[in-house]
Amino acid sequence: MAKQINVALIGNPNTGKTSVFNRLTGLNQKVGNYPGITVEKKQGTCTLSRSLKAHIIDLPGTYSLNASSLDENVVIELLLNKNDKDFPDVAIVVSEIENLKRNLLLFTQIKDLGIPTILAVNMADRMERKAISLDVERLEQKLETKIALISSRKNTGFDTLKELITNHATISTKPCLNASAIAPEYFDRLRKVFPNQDLYKLWLVITQDVNFGKLERKELQGVASFKTESESTLKRLQQKETIARYQFINGVLKETLTIDTANAKDLRSRLDRVLIHKVWGYFIFFGILLLMFQAIFDWSSYPMDFIDSTFASLSEWMKTTLPPGDFTNLIAEGIIPGLGGIVIFIPQIAFLFFFISILEESGYMSRVVFLMDRIMRRFGLSGKSVVPLVSGTACAIPAIMATRNIENWKERLITILVTPFTTCSARLPVYLIIIALVIPEGRVLGIFSYQGLTLMFLYLLGFGAAIFSAYLLDKILKIKTKTFFVVEMPNYKLPMPKNVLITVIEKTKSFVLGAGKIILAISIILWVLASYGPGDFNKAEAIVTQENVTNNLSEEELETKIASFKLENSYIGILGKAIEPAVRPLGYDWKIGIALISSFAAREVFVGTLATIYSVGSEDEKTIKNRMAAEVNPVLGTPLFNFASGISLLLFYAFAMQCMSTLAVVKKETNSWKWPMWQLFAMSAIAYVVALGAYQLLK
Amino acid sequence: MLTIASLKKGQRAIIKEFSIDVVPLKLLEMGCLPGNEIALVQTAPFQDPLYLNINGSHLAIRKETAAQIEIELIP
Ligand SMILES: Nc1nc2c(ncn2[C@@H]2O[C@H](COP(=O)(O)OP(=O)(O)O)[C@@H](O)[C@H]2O)c(=O)[nH]1
Ligand SMILES: [Mg+2]
Repeated sequence: MAKQINVALIGNPNTGKTSVFNRLTGLNQKVGNYPGITVEKKQGTCTLSRSLKAHIIDLPGTYSLNASSLDENVVIELLLNKNDKDFPDVAIVVSEIENLKRNLLLFTQIKDLGIPTILAVNMADRMERKAISLDVERLEQKLETKIALISSRKNTGFDTLKELITNHATISTKPCLNASAIAPEYFDRLRKVFPNQDLYKLWLVITQDVNFGKLERKELQGVASFKTESESTLKRLQQKETIARYQFINGVLKETLTIDTANAKDLRSRLDRVLIHKVWGYFIFFGILLLMFQAIFDWSSYPMDFIDSTFASLSEWMKTTLPPGDFTNLIAEGIIPGLGGIVIFIPQIAFLFFFISILEESGYMSRVVFLMDRIMRRFGLSGKSVVPLVSGTACAIPAIMATRNIENWKERLITILVTPFTTCSARLPVYLIIIALVIPEGRVLGIFSYQGLTLMFLYLLGFGAAIFSAYLLDKILKIKTKTFFVVEMPNYKLPMPKNVLITVIEKTKSFVLGAGKIILAISIILWVLASYGPGDFNKAEAIVTQENVTNNLSEEELETKIASFKLENSYIGILGKAIEPAVRPLGYDWKIGIALISSFAAREVFVGTLATIYSVGSEDEKTIKNRMAAEVNPVLGTPLFNFASGISLLLFYAFAMQCMSTLAVVKKETNSWKWPMWQLFAMSAIAYVVALGAYQLLK
Repeated sequence: MLTIASLKKGQRAIIKEFSIDVVPLKLLEMGCLPGNEIALVQTAPFQDPLYLNINGSHLAIRKETAAQIEIELIP
């Protein structure tokens, strides 16, 4: 077995850590979460030589070791905890040639922790264009470290980097800054209490609000007493530290880095002039949105149809090949359609993340955040909530996954909670059939059809509900977060295909494995509930045949009647009858009740369930529509689907949280059942009340 | 009091002292330090947030933060 060392990639956001990580590990990586929080943990391995392997961690981007977000806490918790199994033998600080000064701040802090630290200066390919030159040898001396000048884009410098990792033991661990120089008295006092501890490490423990549960608590007992200094005193010391570090860095760079600022008119200012223009900026943004929608709705419909039919024929094939029985039915009607229900989301997810990763990689996303922040802030959201809200109109699942780049936890949580209000594509078939049933065909002013306007109104209603509830949640939720907002406006870059590809593969995989399991489980449960029942259920064939002896039905007609009888007497049918009293005030009968229950797994099963219940053999909407139109309200004797009950049903679907997959993703992203349950009850309650009000007013 | 919030497009200025109690440390770490040169690149519609160039690094901050940081114009 080869020896393995731990390597941590650390650096400011956007310096190319992930690109370096991808270069070093290829597809040899896996992504998980840190325990208890949803910060992504990317790990991979890289073979350095036959006898040495590197276990590499891509840590979240951070500007310094003074953590202000969950992501940053992860970095400092790892670096302060020598007992962590991932504690690095060597740290690589990934920096970027154009922002070297700022990047070095973090470098000096990490070096001061006594960890062997290599400096990787990335994006060397841009040096020529920007007329930058760097005296690497001189800089190595001044920083007392080893430096690799690399370009992940051009794949240069990685041999040097690997060599440096192999020889990490030779790197000096002398600190850059004498921590006690910041406040001699204060640090003297500290030294007296903890003679065996590293001062800078103590200082970090004192100033950080992170969870040091895993740290050597005993050794650090009493450290809390040093916090009693008022918070602003500590903060002032941190300010002093930062200034001292920058002084050191300025001194170092003055002698080693030269930038010829003559070519000032660069790509940035030319693109910015258009992309964040007061008018064009919004035009272009909405244009891009339109393109994304087009892709997510239209282009992905081809692979989705293909997946749908493949799974249908697979299930058919299973039924005919396997010996008949419960086990075959479970596979053919429960598991395979369940798997299909997962796989069918893959095209939409892949397209969405394809676009998002291109927008992010290119540097455009920061511009959108900049353009939209003011508007979104009125509603307790952030400029960074725009992408999830917009993608929610395709599907809430990838949309909720896309909230990950909102650093502020409160703004992110609100975005996650309100995104399911936006009209996702699964609501569309339900809307279409009910609108066709209850909205008259005429036109307003001879142009806009009532039906089209209703549909548009429902979309607007979704957005309105999201924004309005965000506003309320902002007022209600008491979550202490620093409401501070700063976005780096990175340089524009051509996206690297390898990075885009890896993002798409990896997000899709994480969806299939994460939410997929739950979708599968739910669909099996639904299948069981619909396929079994007590008492009469098991004598369905005999009873229905008996009832219809005189009716002279064709075999097919008889079979559909049996199926509908079975459903009525299955467990799910019994459930439907049980909730009938609750849904009757909304204008529904027990059959719609069943459709509502099964819709909690996924909205799109509404039409399919009604089709089975109304014993229509095919799912062709015309015939279902005719059958639905003929249904009669058991109490009033009037048509069941009239204007009042139709509107009530539309509103119910607009507001209700009826998607197990979304709940599963929310659970995964918030790491607790609290928020998805909240969502389920609050949204369903709103849906019920609004539908009730509408029906009672209109009937 | 002249602050970043009152900076006009194209003007350059030097950051003066500011109170660490109201300005987040993060901003300091990103290069917004007393003595550094600052220029307004662009404001978003509704004049908020502000897109700044501080000593060569580009960032956007909200106006409320900008109003806490005193500057001195470079003529
Ligand atoms: N020109 C150039 N761009 C790069 C290089 N490495 C990464 N990038 C780009 O820099 C941006 C940020 O990279 P990423 O790996 O996501 O950075 P991270 O945020 O530190 O993980 C992306 O647009 C990359 O395509 C490089 O060596 N040269
Ligand atoms: Mg990254």
